[in-house]
Amino acid sequence: MDGEADGSVTVSEDSGRRRRVHGMLKLYYGLNEEGKTPEQPESLDPCDINGPHFDPELYLNKLRRECSLAELMDQETCMVKQIRSLDSDMQTLVYENYNKFISATDTIRKMKNDFKKMEDEMDCLSANMAAITDFSARISGTLQDQHTQITKLSGVHTLLRKLQFLFELPARLNKCLELQAYAQAVSSHRRARCVLQQYSHLPSFKGIQDDCHAIMDKLAQELRQKFRDGGSSAKDLSECVELLLQLDEPAEELCDKFLSHARSRLESDLQGLEAEIRPYPSTSALKDASARRSSSAAPVGSPTDGSPKTSSLSSPSSNTDILEFIDRGCNEFVSSLCLVITSYQELFINHAQTGELASKNIPQMANGKLHAFVDDLAARYFSLVERRIQEEKGVGDNSLLVRALDRFHRRLQAVAKLLPGSAVPNQGTEIVIRAATERVKQYLCALQSFYMDSLTDVRQALATPRLSVAGASVAGGGALLGGPASGRDAPTSLPELLSSLSASILNQIKSVLASVHLFTAKDITFSNKPYFKGEFCSQGVRESLVVSFIKFLCQSSRQFCESAGDKGGSTPPALLLLLSRLCLDYETSTISYILTLTDEQFLVQHHSPVTPVTSLCAEAREAAQKLLNHYVKVQGLIISQMLRKSVETRDWVNTIEPRNVRAVMKRVVEDTTSIDVQVGLLYEEGVRKAHSSDSSKRTFSVYSSSRQQARYAASYTPSAPMDTNLLSNIHKLFSERIDIFSSVEFNKVSVMTGIIKISLKTFLECVRLRTFGRYGLQQIQVDCHYLQMYLWRFVSDENLVHFLLDEIVGSSAHRCLDPAPMEQSVIEVICERG
Amino acid sequence: MEDDAPVIYGLEFQARALTAQTAETDAIRFLVGTQSLKFDNQIHIIDFDDENNIINKNVLLHQAGEIWHIGASPADKAVLTTCYNKSESYCFLLSLAPFTTSLCFSFFFSSDSRLVSCAAVWRMPSDWETGSHESPDDSAHNPQTLELLCRLDDSAHGNAACVLWEPMGDGKRVISLADNNALLWDLQESSTQATVSSTATLEGKGQLKFTAGKWSPHHNCSQLATANDTAIRGWDLRTMSQIYCIENAHGQLVRDLDFNPNRQYYLASCGDDCKVKFWDVRNVQEPIKTLEEHSHWVWSVRYNHSHDQLVLTASSDSRLILSNMVSISSEPFGHLVDDEELSEGEDNHQEDKSKEPLKDSVVSTYEEHEDSVYAAEWSSADPWLFASLSYDGRLVINRVPRALKYRILL
Repeated sequence: MDGEADGSVTVSEDSGRRRRVHGMLKLYYGLNEEGKTPEQPESLDPCDINGPHFDPELYLNKLRRECSLAELMDQETCMVKQIRSLDSDMQTLVYENYNKFISATDTIRKMKNDFKKMEDEMDCLSANMAAITDFSARISGTLQDQHTQITKLSGVHTLLRKLQFLFELPARLNKCLELQAYAQAVSSHRRARCVLQQYSHLPSFKGIQDDCHAIMDKLAQELRQKFRDGGSSAKDLSECVELLLQLDEPAEELCDKFLSHARSRLESDLQGLEAEIRPYPSTSALKDASARRSSSAAPVGSPTDGSPKTSSLSSPSSNTDILEFIDRGCNEFVSSLCLVITSYQELFINHAQTGELASKNIPQMANGKLHAFVDDLAARYFSLVERRIQEEKGVGDNSLLVRALDRFHRRLQAVAKLLPGSAVPNQGTEIVIRAATERVKQYLCALQSFYMDSLTDVRQALATPRLSVAGASVAGGGALLGGPASGRDAPTSLPELLSSLSASILNQIKSVLASVHLFTAKDITFSNKPYFKGEFCSQGVRESLVVSFIKFLCQSSRQFCESAGDKGGSTPPALLLLLSRLCLDYETSTISYILTLTDEQFLVQHHSPVTPVTSLCAEAREAAQKLLNHYVKVQGLIISQMLRKSVETRDWVNTIEPRNVRAVMKRVVEDTTSIDVQVGLLYEEGVRKAHSSDSSKRTFSVYSSSRQQARYAASYTPSAPMDTNLLSNIHKLFSERIDIFSSVEFNKVSVMTGIIKISLKTFLECVRLRTFGRYGLQQIQVDCHYLQMYLWRFVSDENLVHFLLDEIVGSSAHRCLDPAPMEQSVIEVICERG
Repeated sequence: MEDDAPVIYGLEFQARALTAQTAETDAIRFLVGTQSLKFDNQIHIIDFDDENNIINKNVLLHQAGEIWHIGASPADKAVLTTCYNKSESYCFLLSLAPFTTSLCFSFFFSSDSRLVSCAAVWRMPSDWETGSHESPDDSAHNPQTLELLCRLDDSAHGNAACVLWEPMGDGKRVISLADNNALLWDLQESSTQATVSSTATLEGKGQLKFTAGKWSPHHNCSQLATANDTAIRGWDLRTMSQIYCIENAHGQLVRDLDFNPNRQYYLASCGDDCKVKFWDVRNVQEPIKTLEEHSHWVWSVRYNHSHDQLVLTASSDSRLILSNMVSISSEPFGHLVDDEELSEGEDNHQEDKSKEPLKDSVVSTYEEHEDSVYAAEWSSADPWLFASLSYDGRLVINRVPRALKYRILL
């Protein structure tokens, strides 16, 4: 059509115009150019000449009504013009269409001619094709025979090849056997087996089959032999097993054989391990081993472990250290165990599951056997490891043991992965737990022995300067002030000893905690087991290590009081004092510090009830109290003993007039002073009741001059005894009862009061058992005055000293055959001169 | 309640010696010996009227010297022994001028005066009781004097510390402990003659001295226990040889001993380490029980004669302590009672209940004394009653608390 359009030049000479004409036509036929109806308001107007609803009547009327004549005329001309142009347009269109019809008619005529020619040629072609078909059919017919023959021949060929394979099979198998290409032999045989089975009724095949069987039996025999021989590697072995399985050997038997073979190899590993551990060592052998170790262990230990292992404290009793031992165990035993498990599983379980064996419950059977096997061997391995761990007694370096246990535990995880549901890893964890608990116990022992050792050190340290004290105080002689001076000289070291003792204990505890902390380190595999997170921290470390040690400390301190009390007291008093202070320090701060430290380090979560700090503190305080009481008792007894001897050995009836204070009193004051210094080094002063400024001067002036005089004076009248009783009773009514061996407070004054109380009470009781002459009484007066002068300063309530000394003088006056007291002034002169 | 209140009696003199009148089983009677260097010493006979809670006293003069120990014959109410100190020069001077001047004393001291401890057997005048009743207001004024039966003197054997009567004997045998000798005396002619039948001597380093002793009532009265320094020794009286020795029985001096009246091997001791220890003499390594209730030396320990769980201790801390040592007594769980009342199930049930609280315990601490208590004794007539004597001469009579008494009895 486009071609036609090009041809009609006139139509398309002006596209714009043509379009306009098209538009007119379309308008005429009621179609919009875009398929849209023209705008309604225009088209509905009956007066629109171009609208579809044009009404000529109305239009004409409208024109006539609206327009003037001239306009009408114009309208008319215009209209005529438009009509004319429309007419010419219409003529052009008609012309164009006509031309197109003409050319179409021409084309159709031409086509009619061409088709006629083509029909002839087609006829010719079909005739040729028929000839070709005919020929082809004829060729096929001739070739038919030969084709069937070829097919048949090729079938025969394959059959012959199979037969050849079968005939050659025995030879081939033999050759394989010779070359030990067992796998090939088995696969060959497998291929032929069914055929041979099927045609076994034919004699020739039967022969072949028998041959094959014989060979295969031989082969199986050989495989079994190889299997039995220990020499082959695990890989070979597994190959063997695989082949044997393919040869329909009973799986159960194979399992057993496989396992027993593996067992023999693992056993040799275990024996190697066992050789590492010395046969259960007797104590002498143990020493021997450790002695030997000192020479041999250092080079052995150093390659596996670097610097921390140089400590001589770690002395395992066998030649190799534990890390090495565990390493060897892991590398040899555990890894071969893993290998065995993997290959076994590969062979009997995974393999069987896919193959035809699955139906026979073989995996279950094999699995059961494997578990029993692993459990058995692991138990032996564990017992060895445990024995080895038990030999690990030295507590110097824990990291080695922890690392060894870690490795041990880590390697068992491999077994756990290979063999889910096995008890082995749990048992391993239990061993680790046991080892850890054992270790904690050892640390406790070590701490305890460390404590006892340091006490021995302290004792020695105390013993050495004590000699110098004795020497100094003897040298000091009568000079009273020499007492404290020389006394101070010697025990200066007491606070130092205390601080060094407590510091070394604390350090030891810290280092032990650090060592034990290794068990819970993040990089250790077993540290995230619930035991190590919970129970080990709370029960193991906190309770059975730290708390036990503190308890031990208190208890051993208490034992000092008990054992020394009866058997003559070998404990030096200074040690008692020092320990008492130590316990008190523990009560006030150290215990809570240590426990807080422990709790922080181990993040103890208290699932189970733990010993509270307060009860430990109470225990420590009790121990401190007991020690201090015992100290007071011991020191009091020492002074008492001096006083008692001095009273008991003297003939008080026949004594000379006193000219001096007896030396023993000076000694008592000196000793008291040095005790005061000693206690002052460790304990605070304490409170004392206010006393008058001239306490030393007070002495018994009151009682000697008035009351005592009254007593003596009264004693010459018959009613006297009643009076003295009355007086002393009245006196006692107003003074509080004195407990002699009573508990003291933790301060110097209280301690000194206790000691002086004991001493003076002894003095009193001894005096009451003696009878005095006049000068005996006077000597006692002098002595008491002397004591009065010096002792008041030590006690909390000087009235106590006054009261006891009063009692002593009063009692000696009672026990005097001739009570004639000395003049107070003379007494004072004598005392001051002394 | 008022029955449990203590009864207090004051002596004029200081006193250490106290004994129950052993032969007297009807009246509650104690004998107290005084210690005075200046006046005639006395023996106070203290009768306690249980019904009316009243004390009656009688005084006998003991002019020989101050009394350190007193013992009553188990057979004859009127016979007793004392150990006393006398200063020979002093006595002499006293006769010259009882209330002397210093001049006499210078003479006294120039002479080599010596204090001697003696022991003697005495008889109370037969009419002391009637005599005292006639003049109850002023009994001290005309006191009668003790009649000396015989002296247990043996100058070769040193100073007597105490005299022990044969327990439950016929009053014919006594033992005196003098320095390091134990002398067994036979009293003849109604105790007017005493002869030493055998002696035992303590040998050893230093000056050994018996401080206390006790004649065992067991083994047919053939054993004696003595104390010297820190050791306790047992003696066989037939051979006068040592049969056991508890070295270091106490940390300090041993002050007193007593045998369990019902368990033959059990022995109580007390001493200056403030402890009371109970021993099984078959094993002398360790005491079977130790009490540490006193705060000063313990001077006396006494088993109750009938109920040996009751133990009385006296101490120079001025306290008297009554302990109930059930665990080592002869009737640890009231077996004797159980046997008697086995038929009554209800009672048995009650018995079970009462077993629980019957643990070794301090029953009571008596604080009536103001001075050191050196002696305590159970009454021989009333097993629930005891007396204690402190140095200031105060005698206190107490009873076992009623609750405990009924618990032991029922």
